[in-house]
Amino acid sequence: MGSLKIENVKKAFGPVEVLKGIDLQVTDGEFVVFVGPSGCGKSTLLRVIAGLEDSTSGRVLIDGADVSVTPPAKRGIAMVFQTYALYPHLTVKNNMALGLKQAGTPGAEIERRIKIASAMLSLEPYLERRPAELSGGQRQRVAIGRAVVREPKLFLFDEPLSNLDAALRVNTRLEIAQLHRRLKATMIYVTHDQVEAMTLADKIVVLNAGRIEQIGSPMELYNSPANEFVAGFIGSPKMNFIDGARLGETAKTIGVRPEHLTVDTKSGAWKGTVVHAEHLGADTNLYLDCEKAGLITVRIFGVYNAEPGSTLYATPDAAKTYRFGADGKVLR
Amino acid sequence: MSTATRSLPRTIGAHAILLTYTAIALFPVILVVMNSFKSRAGIFGAPLTPPTAKTFDLIGYTTVFGQGDFFHYFQNSLVVTVASLFFVLLFGAMAAFALSEYRFRGNTLMGLYLALGIMIPIRLGTVAILQLMVASGLVNTLTALILVYTAQGLPLAIFILSEFMKQVSNDLKNAGRIDGLSEYTIFFRLVLPLVRPAMATVAVFTMIPIWNDLWFPLILAPSEETKTVTLGAQLFLGQFVTNWNAILAALSLAILPVLILYVIFSRQLIRGITSGAVK
Repeated sequence: MGSLKIENVKKAFGPVEVLKGIDLQVTDGEFVVFVGPSGCGKSTLLRVIAGLEDSTSGRVLIDGADVSVTPPAKRGIAMVFQTYALYPHLTVKNNMALGLKQAGTPGAEIERRIKIASAMLSLEPYLERRPAELSGGQRQRVAIGRAVVREPKLFLFDEPLSNLDAALRVNTRLEIAQLHRRLKATMIYVTHDQVEAMTLADKIVVLNAGRIEQIGSPMELYNSPANEFVAGFIGSPKMNFIDGARLGETAKTIGVRPEHLTVDTKSGAWKGTVVHAEHLGADTNLYLDCEKAGLITVRIFGVYNAEPGSTLYATPDAAKTYRFGADGKVLR
Repeated sequence: MSTATRSLPRTIGAHAILLTYTAIALFPVILVVMNSFKSRAGIFGAPLTPPTAKTFDLIGYTTVFGQGDFFHYFQNSLVVTVASLFFVLLFGAMAAFALSEYRFRGNTLMGLYLALGIMIPIRLGTVAILQLMVASGLVNTLTALILVYTAQGLPLAIFILSEFMKQVSNDLKNAGRIDGLSEYTIFFRLVLPLVRPAMATVAVFTMIPIWNDLWFPLILAPSEETKTVTLGAQLFLGQFVTNWNAILAALSLAILPVLILYVIFSRQLIRGITSGAVK
């Protein structure tokens, strides 16, 4: 109940190819996150799955059935949008009921499902309100509730947290994770924020320029990125990339994550000047301008006092250093 | 009380300018209404003074209601205006929705073609329109006027509404599609209520030229049964003698329906702006 298979899906808007042949398999109950920079085609892919866009070629199968020509309402999916997209003229309750009414669900069943969903998302006090009378976080919960009551095979989330403020984003993220655990439903989630991807996903699909760069669990992507793009995209602050030639290496580029660098005031591999220090309490980000390695970021756990202008030595953890070839792929 | 954004001299200045403009705009209207309540001698003797006990006379109104079937003319004007307005808004909004929502070959070209009417005055085609109406047997019917006015109003309506419809959230329409709403339901229930302020603007812009038009009623429907108010008022405009009392009274009466329609639409306009949309 709720598997998805995408076979060689391509999408072009006129001469512009947005999706260049996507193959993907999602098993039942999986939480899959599509992540990538803006314009990489992740939202378009989600829209193709939802049936809001027709693919130029290729097939989409939900539970083994080809849905390429099935209208969105008949695909057994529910979608949560970035802008909530609640019907402004309907109350919260009717917003949730509309899809079921259209599908001809009996009234008692609709009531039952709304009751369960609104309890799950603590929406009971707002059922008779209109969207205009709710806060952003409440509106997004209503939008999630509208998806839940449909009991779909597939939940689709299109950047659902992007319009919320930082604190609310963390809360709602948690709610979505709990929702997934409780419903055990298949969910596909699109985001450009790699933190959301890392915290929510069973499986991350990294997209870039209409192609899949890598598919894997969050830790797989973090520990063994397939190429320079994935290495740079996953992890925050971003991985440091250093020109191999400057370090006298054979590889084109050397990559090392900020957290895999240690600093010392006396000796180390790379001598550098502190450009800026960001104190976050739990950790400190140092920006070092190194003679050999150029501008690099170092992440130190805990508090570390470094004056801009002072000299520090940075040393990479050799076991956690990545080497990339001229084509951007990892060298092993 | 002075605040950061308001200063007394600036407020006075702004109000002075607005009041002057209001006075200039309202002056002819007030003059017409004022003089419609005066006797002929009063109108010519002191056109700028309000009616006094001596000059007060309802002769204009009695002439209007006595001569000619003015109630009927009013009805014609209203039927033509309301029907044209309805069709302009309905078809204009539908065309605008298609242009803004669907990607199809020739979309831009179609948009340009539909907007062309803004630049070309429809009156240039009067002879052809007349021939068309004669051929189809529509001369001296209100249908002829409604058709012409619908055609006249559509280009601007489509132009304005398609710009507004592009701003309606795509997510909202897509949410409707996923919930199984038909394209018509999406259009009537989700999109139209959100562009209501634009619809009110278009309605006002469309309504006034139709109500005031003299040209097409004169050419296409001059018969007694199909006369509109503006055409009916010409009855009192003679080559040698003009019955000013009656004309002014007829014009004063003609202001009323437009005023009522305008009040209705402008209230919609304000409600549309203030009601909380999504986001």
